[in-house]
Amino acid sequence: MIAVSGLTKTYGDLIAVRNLSFRVEPGKIWGLLGPNAAGKTTTMRILTGFLPATEGRAAVGGFDVFEKPDEVKKILGYLPEVLPLYPDMTVAEYLDFVAALKQVPAAKRREAVARAVRITGLESVKGRLIRNISRGYRQRTGLAQALVHDPKVIILDEPTVGLDPAQIIEIRSLIKSLRGEHTIILSTHILAEVTQTCDGVVIINEGRLMASGSLEELTASVRESEGAIVRVRGDVRAAADALRAVPGVDAVAPVEDGLRVEWKPGGDPRDAVARCCLDGGFGLLEMRTLSLNIEDLYLRIVSGGGEQ
Amino acid sequence: MSGLGTIAKKELRTYFTSPIAYVVFTVFGVLAGFFFYSLINWFNSLSLQLAQNPAYYAQLNINQQVFAPLFNNLSVVLLLMIPLLTMRLFAEEKKNGTDEMLLTSPVPVGRIILGKYLAALAVLAGMLALTALSTGFAFIYGNPEVPAFLTGFLGLFLMGAAFIALGLFFSSLTENQIVAAALTFGALLLFWIINWAASAASGVGRSVLEYLSILRHFDNMTRGILDTVDLVYYASFVFLGLYFSYAAIQSRRWR
Repeated sequence: MIAVSGLTKTYGDLIAVRNLSFRVEPGKIWGLLGPNAAGKTTTMRILTGFLPATEGRAAVGGFDVFEKPDEVKKILGYLPEVLPLYPDMTVAEYLDFVAALKQVPAAKRREAVARAVRITGLESVKGRLIRNISRGYRQRTGLAQALVHDPKVIILDEPTVGLDPAQIIEIRSLIKSLRGEHTIILSTHILAEVTQTCDGVVIINEGRLMASGSLEELTASVRESEGAIVRVRGDVRAAADALRAVPGVDAVAPVEDGLRVEWKPGGDPRDAVARCCLDGGFGLLEMRTLSLNIEDLYLRIVSGGGEQ
Repeated sequence: MSGLGTIAKKELRTYFTSPIAYVVFTVFGVLAGFFFYSLINWFNSLSLQLAQNPAYYAQLNINQQVFAPLFNNLSVVLLLMIPLLTMRLFAEEKKNGTDEMLLTSPVPVGRIILGKYLAALAVLAGMLALTALSTGFAFIYGNPEVPAFLTGFLGLFLMGAAFIALGLFFSSLTENQIVAAALTFGALLLFWIINWAASAASGVGRSVLEYLSILRHFDNMTRGILDTVDLVYYASFVFLGLYFSYAAIQSRRWR
């Protein structure tokens, strides 16, 4: 549904995006993850036809963004980083204007606005001026704007930024509810957003592609070992020595809140680890599975910078 | 041309849901009324004085002595007010971030510009229609030449239309409305007084400068002369203003 290949964008000397390639399958939610100034907004602006690329190609819904921008714009809903709202309009007036702009026929406009209002939960504020509604409702209005014409592809630039935790959860579940009917790309610098809402992720840093794939693929690729955190009441040092001797355990290292026990993927020695703690009389307080996941990969990319 | 009406309607709505249209209408209406009142008063007393002298009395002409100066005065008011009318057209969209939505919608850039232009033109038409309230009395109690009056009125409208096109262009350059208004006013004033430089120049330079002067083309029309040269001048002014706006909006693609 979305295909990007060799995309490069420069602003004068500054290279915002370099040689970026990825694909998103229809009906999936894909995250564009990266720290601030990684090139997320630039990539999205190119996909929406707002900015041209310096090099490379991008296609949305089978239409080339540069050759057939009008076709792309018809099937695209876009929530820019800065909410594109008119403070002097009511929510309903605004959505009606956007629907007209997106060429929803006049006869179907009322229905389209009602649908967007229902999906985004804006019923209670639809008659109020946008300037008078809260940040959370404005964010929803921005989201409603992106889906009022029922587009095939939705591009959301930082859809949860500036919201309180409860609102973030609401917006995330709202986005998840759109899965299947719409293909969605959302950008974020928060990993949890990706792991909770997305099917796949494209990780970029300094304009470069660092990793991309479905969450399972990525997790599998980074998972060289699995492990657990074990906390004991008794002698930590002795417990560590005893645990090292358990068959299947690869490594044991003391960490802040206990012992980090690691093993090879597939071989799960958790039963043996627990038995060892009990038999040795170390007093097992807690054993928590440590999911080595893309968080480690992301952190490595963000802090390490240039690792491919 | 779907999308054109949507944009024009929204712009017109913005003019009328904010105080802009009402303030502009009121100020323009009051000034136009005052100018008309003073001129007609002066014309009345002149008529009374000259009534004894048939030779002079025959030379009195309400078109030349009331309407021509009225249109001239109103053109100065337009020079001051049009920049205030056009400054928000694109600058506000950029400031709000709504330009990103407009430009990623299926409505082509040309239509967005035209829609905004037509909305401002409608406000201008409203302003000028207000002057019909007072000038109507001259037709009830006097007998001005209708074609000459209409030509002058058309001149005022065309000049306003040219001003709006230039104002739209400057608004498309910046996200600061004050900057847009100041640039528009400066540029308009320059076109207004460019024939001062003409008197110092000679040859081709002189005729070019004279041709560029807004005032020169307007003078013809206030005197009731409808010349294609003037119509072409205003039409090309509008076209260039809109074209440059288009280029300015598209220029984000070159950066």
